Amino acid sequence: MASRVAQGLCAYGLIVRMWMRSTLAYRTSFVMMTFGDFVATALDFVAIMLMFSQIEALGGFTLPEVAFLYGTSSVSLGLADLLFGSMERLGRRVRDGTLDTLLLRPAPLLAQVAADRFALRRLGRITQGLLVLGWSVSRLDVDWTVGRMLMVPLMTVCGAAIFAAVFTAGAAFQFWAQDAAEVQNSFTYGGNTMLQYPPTVFARDLVRGVTFVIPLAFVNWLPALRLLGRPDPLGLPGWVDFMGPAVAALMCAGAGLAWRGGVRAYRSTGS
Amino acid sequence: MSGAAAAERLIEVDGVEKVFSVRRKAGRLRRVKDEVRAVDGISFRVPRGEMVGYIGPNGAGKSTTIKMLTGILVPSGGRLRVAGIDPARERTRLARRIGVVFGQRTTLWWDLPLKDSYELVRRMYRVPDTAYRANLERCVELLDLAPLLDVPVRQLSLGQRMRGDIAAALLHDPEVLYLDEPTIGLDVISKAKVREFLLEVNAERGTTVLLTTHDLTDIEQLCRRVMVIDHGRLVYDGGLAGLRAAGDGERTLVVDLERELPPIEGVPGARTVKVEGPRQWLAFPAARSAAPLVAAVAERYPLVDLSVREPDIEDVIAKLYAGGDSGPDSPGGA
Ligand SMILES: Nc1ncnc2c1ncn2[C@@H]1O[C@H](COP(=O)(O)OP(=O)(O)O)[C@@H](O)[C@H]1O
Ligand SMILES: [Mg+2]
Repeated sequence: MASRVAQGLCAYGLIVRMWMRSTLAYRTSFVMMTFGDFVATALDFVAIMLMFSQIEALGGFTLPEVAFLYGTSSVSLGLADLLFGSMERLGRRVRDGTLDTLLLRPAPLLAQVAADRFALRRLGRITQGLLVLGWSVSRLDVDWTVGRMLMVPLMTVCGAAIFAAVFTAGAAFQFWAQDAAEVQNSFTYGGNTMLQYPPTVFARDLVRGVTFVIPLAFVNWLPALRLLGRPDPLGLPGWVDFMGPAVAALMCAGAGLAWRGGVRAYRSTGS
Repeated sequence: MSGAAAAERLIEVDGVEKVFSVRRKAGRLRRVKDEVRAVDGISFRVPRGEMVGYIGPNGAGKSTTIKMLTGILVPSGGRLRVAGIDPARERTRLARRIGVVFGQRTTLWWDLPLKDSYELVRRMYRVPDTAYRANLERCVELLDLAPLLDVPVRQLSLGQRMRGDIAAALLHDPEVLYLDEPTIGLDVISKAKVREFLLEVNAERGTTVLLTTHDLTDIEQLCRRVMVIDHGRLVYDGGLAGLRAAGDGERTLVVDLERELPPIEGVPGARTVKVEGPRQWLAFPAARSAAPLVAAVAERYPLVDLSVREPDIEDVIAKLYAGGDSGPDSPGGA
């Protein structure tokens, strides 16, 4: 197991380097795409700031508080997207049978698919998320004990793991349905858009679904509410707020199983 | 399994099947499930160092067999071992020991110089430096790759890319090399180069080679043993010579007479199929000896010269396919 992980990381690094060099062959388009991505995500937050020029609070949350939700969710998704986001293209490789060539290499397929068409331009979202997060932390009215300070990186990493599990499970599903990427996108990118706003602005049933069905609430809502000293809209017991790491681990294990099933179901194409 | 036994049969295939379930349109909206038995219970063994041709018409199941032998596809039934490894279970472990070339797909990096793809192979397979350098040098020399190493793969011609792909599959010293239509679409010179290279690799390294092709010249020049698959079943497994006999092939006796004469008659077991001036063609069963025939002709006709032609392998195979289901039993080869 440990050697497989090492093998996977090594293969991931090698393939990422090959893709980065491939993209450098088209330098101008690389620069333009990176810039475009950065602008697109930046506008996203500008919209929220504009909203706050009209109102004092959103669902009872101040601008720094919303910025905190926005930043944590963006960084989590950004990390997962940078490292695993290319998996959504798996369907294409399944449909045209080019996954065959990856299956011939002496490296775990998951690592190879995650590194496939690695795009450094995805750093744009992380950068922007970190900027917003930094600003919000400097403005928040929170007593920053060591424990609270550690909670921020911990929750972003767990959040990234949760999103990565969704990316992986979504990709696994594409072994059976090659156009399943849309469904998975609505959970990752769509979920991220939702998590950027306070849970109080959404219908209760939606919040329940995001807590118990696809537990995205553990990415930032539950731990952030605790940090900000806000009550949980679902009135769950306090310890639930700290279940993020466990939820992330469970989701990763589930995604791993789905992935294995998917690979075994792969049927290539007739040639 | 003992080492000696493993060496004896590097590839073991026992009653292997692959069934694809496909959905087919039936009428406007209805879809029915259908089964395609791509590989329908085949068995064979390949000892270390052998070079085997695997032929059959389109859709016979050749590629599917190779994909199961590499671990890409999980068999629906039967037992499969390559170098003692179950490919589907331990695909990544097997990967280090096999080399694969799919004529219709490339493993090379499209936008990068050819040598970058080789560098990736070196690192990913952890090929020791000295072995890597020696292998690369050899491939570059025999496949004429020197002028191509710095060229982005997308700029290579099909023949150049195929040579590049074959080299990539051999840099880690695989024990087995699978080639799925490696000469498809290549020009004559590239084909010749590839064949020569494969002979060399097989002779020097003892690399076991399994190759599918549509070009029977590949088989004639490379393989002593041929397996023929049709509709997912092996219809022949044996030597090239035996294949000619198995397909009820006929050999042809070509005789040059002193002058133009009416078609030769009255030679038992032979019939005249063509006359062109003083030259005549007599067909006779491939399994029979030509000597009594020659004697019988010489006795009654003014014979100047003669030659015997082997049956055309394409005809033989066409006949085998036609008789697919009731095909002859495999004469040995296992
Ligand atoms: N992924 C697949 N899904 C459905 N049918 C397939 C698939 N791959 C191969 N087949 C079918 O299996 C049969 C054998 O295909 P293949 O092994 O590619 O033949 P060959 O390589 O001998 O031309 C064909 O009928 C083909 O249509
Ligand atoms: Mg084929």
